[in-house]
Amino acid sequence: MAMAELAQQQTAKLVLLGEMGSGKSSLVLRYVKGQFFDYQASTVGAAFLTKTLPELNVKFEIWDTAGQERYHSLAPMYYRGAAAAIIVYDITSPDSFTRAKSWVRELQRQGNPNMIMALAGNKADLESQRAVTAEEAQAYAAENGLYYLETSAKTAANVNELFEEIARKLPKPEAAAPRPPQGGIVLSEDTQRQAKRSTCC
Amino acid sequence: MNEEYDAIVLGTGLKECIISGLLSVDKKKVLHIDRNNYYGGESASLSLTQLYERFRAGQQPPASLGASRDYNVDMVPKFMMANGKLVRVLLHTDVVKYLEFKAVDGSYVLQKGKIHKVPANDSEALRSGLMGLFEKRRARSFFLYVQDYEEADPKTHKGLDLRRMTMADLYKHFDLTEDTQDFIGHALGLHRDDAYLTQPALATVLKVKLYHESLFRGGRGGVLKVKLYHESLFRYEGLNSPYLYPRYGLGELPQAFARLSAVYGGTYMLNQPGVEVMYENGVAVGIKNGADTARSKLVVGDPSYFAGRVRVVGKVVRAIAIMNHPIPNTDNAHSVQIILPQKQTGRKSDMYVFCCSYAHNVASKDKWLAFVSTTMETSNPEAELSAGMALLGPVEEKFIEVRDICEPLEDGSKDKAYISTGYDATTHFETTVEDVLDMYRRITGRDLDLTAKDPAQVEA
Ligand SMILES: Cc1cc2nc3c(=O)[nH]c(=O)nc-3n(C[C@H](O)[C@H](O)[C@H](O)COP(=O)(O)OP(=O)(O)OC[C@H]3O[C@@H](n4cnc5c(N)ncnc54)[C@H](O)[C@@H]3O)c2cc1C
Ligand SMILES: Nc1nc2c(ncn2[C@@H]2O[C@H](COP(=O)(O)OP(=O)(O)OP(=O)(O)O)[C@@H](O)[C@H]2O)c(=O)[nH]1
Ligand SMILES: [Mg+2]
Repeated sequence: MAMAELAQQQTAKLVLLGEMGSGKSSLVLRYVKGQFFDYQASTVGAAFLTKTLPELNVKFEIWDTAGQERYHSLAPMYYRGAAAAIIVYDITSPDSFTRAKSWVRELQRQGNPNMIMALAGNKADLESQRAVTAEEAQAYAAENGLYYLETSAKTAANVNELFEEIARKLPKPEAAAPRPPQGGIVLSEDTQRQAKRSTCC
Repeated sequence: MNEEYDAIVLGTGLKECIISGLLSVDKKKVLHIDRNNYYGGESASLSLTQLYERFRAGQQPPASLGASRDYNVDMVPKFMMANGKLVRVLLHTDVVKYLEFKAVDGSYVLQKGKIHKVPANDSEALRSGLMGLFEKRRARSFFLYVQDYEEADPKTHKGLDLRRMTMADLYKHFDLTEDTQDFIGHALGLHRDDAYLTQPALATVLKVKLYHESLFRGGRGGVLKVKLYHESLFRYEGLNSPYLYPRYGLGELPQAFARLSAVYGGTYMLNQPGVEVMYENGVAVGIKNGADTARSKLVVGDPSYFAGRVRVVGKVVRAIAIMNHPIPNTDNAHSVQIILPQKQTGRKSDMYVFCCSYAHNVASKDKWLAFVSTTMETSNPEAELSAGMALLGPVEEKFIEVRDICEPLEDGSKDKAYISTGYDATTHFETTVEDVLDMYRRITGRDLDLTAKDPAQVEA
């Protein structure tokens, strides 16, 4: 693998937060695989998915949060070090909008200060059941410096736009925060033995 | 929550989180509760605000220290050995994918009042001030012997029976000085006191070998390969020390195992200050939490949830310092360990200095964290730490804490209360993981097979 290629591509951790059932997994599935299921199982499985945007030279590591959030005991590990967060609410559920606001507050307090935050009002196809107006959400987003879109994982409306706009907003690698002095380590089991012997302690 | 569970786990320390991760993977229904509003229990990594809440209640951290959220201050600082058991568990459970590690810059040892880098390669060994020239030659033949030694191959024993002869005899055989012995026994063999000298040499020789294999991952059966990605430069050489440390602090470890548990359906509740174990006829049957109750076949947890069922077995004293510079004489290291062998400080137990910096995302820009810890031997804990504190140079802020180490009175077979042991002064992960594996065995009646993913086995 050419090192130069690796060096140029930017890997960005992206985390999805939001009330249970707001459609986080559906948005990711729509975006990454182009699929939608009417009966999407509540997330317990998939830890994360990745998606590369060759045009923008960005590889998203997408963390779909699950299970734990039931009791709001989500580990900071999820959003720590994230370059971007999508906070999802369901436009038919005012509770989910309240929950979204509390996520925004938590990220403002605890998250990476340069994190790109997007607010997604999902299930926009359910216009007839709308309970959160676009105006209200838009005003809230403007006040808090969030990028705001209404999306539908079902019809795919605005889904690519959401992720692509985030990719465009990411700080360019050079401009990004200086990397710590030493590189990270990837631990892996590897059958390739390294037959290196040394004669010192 | 008014449901029935296979296991209820109390406290989100590393040990408890590993257990709930393992049990959830085994398809057990797990409820995991913590009284705090953060993960990690005793082994949490705290933000600056949380640190002040704990040590300076009512006081605000000074602005000069930077943003609270930049801090992840380990309450039980440790480094992990690249070839150690904890890494094995991380790989076995695949939890390793949630974490990012960095190599530790160096391991140092105190000798005659000065600190010396534990050599990580030949040229460092040659330059090292740890030994004189002749001593180096003698030490070299010792290391060559250790490296070639294979238990199963008598040819490599060169006529020495390490099962019989003591480590002191082996040192004598190679004619090594006391200072060299201190360095080998404590900085490489990781012994906590000198009891090993009178025990058969084999155990120490194997430990020194392991240290070496962690460093070079060479060795026979070198199962673990650590790929070190420098930003542009791809280094394949040995590390500067055999130790690793996760970005954002050790508190990431319990969180990663909690994630594993959640992925397998475990339910998490933090911030439940009133939670208590519920007993019937002395047997743990679940928990009470305000008006709620939840029943379970067994209850697992750290000692703080089981008053009356644990005893204090020792005390650890630990100082936490925030500094705006690296530890002097460590080549400006961003992460370093210094071992102060008992003899060098006239104590009965070793002292440990642990340091890491903003480079590990555990402190604000240009800040370093240093920890000095030891097993308490007198009633003046702060004075006990003076030899270690003296190595740090000026500190901006200092917190001192004495912690009891508790262990369970019973093994849980009768009262269904499976209690972990407190984190000892050693702060190495060996005892941590062993306790977890032992609890797992007691809970499930079988051993966790950590070799399942060992490539050496797969190949065979
Ligand atoms: C702040 C700090 C304090 C430390 N305090 C101690 C200490 O009190 N005592 C100490 O020995 N080390 C201490 N260390 C070093 C520590 O032991 C290593 O970081 C640790 O061995 C790595 O743990 P691991 O789980 O990655 O590997 P482990 O699996 O724990 O270790 C790998 C192998 O090393 C051997 N080993 C590890 N620790 C010990 C030990 N204590 N005694 C005998 N054999 C051991 C075991 O055979 C084990 O199989 C300290 C390090 C730091 C940073
Ligand atoms: N009509 C409509 N339904 C949607 C949309 N997005 C998701 N859903 C449905 O909403 C339900 C919940 O979606 P999920 O994607 O599982 O929600 P989630 O946020 O991942 O939920 P948890 O994993 O439980 O936190 C599923 O039945 C989806 O089919 C959408 O845009 N429109
Ligand atoms: Mg989901």
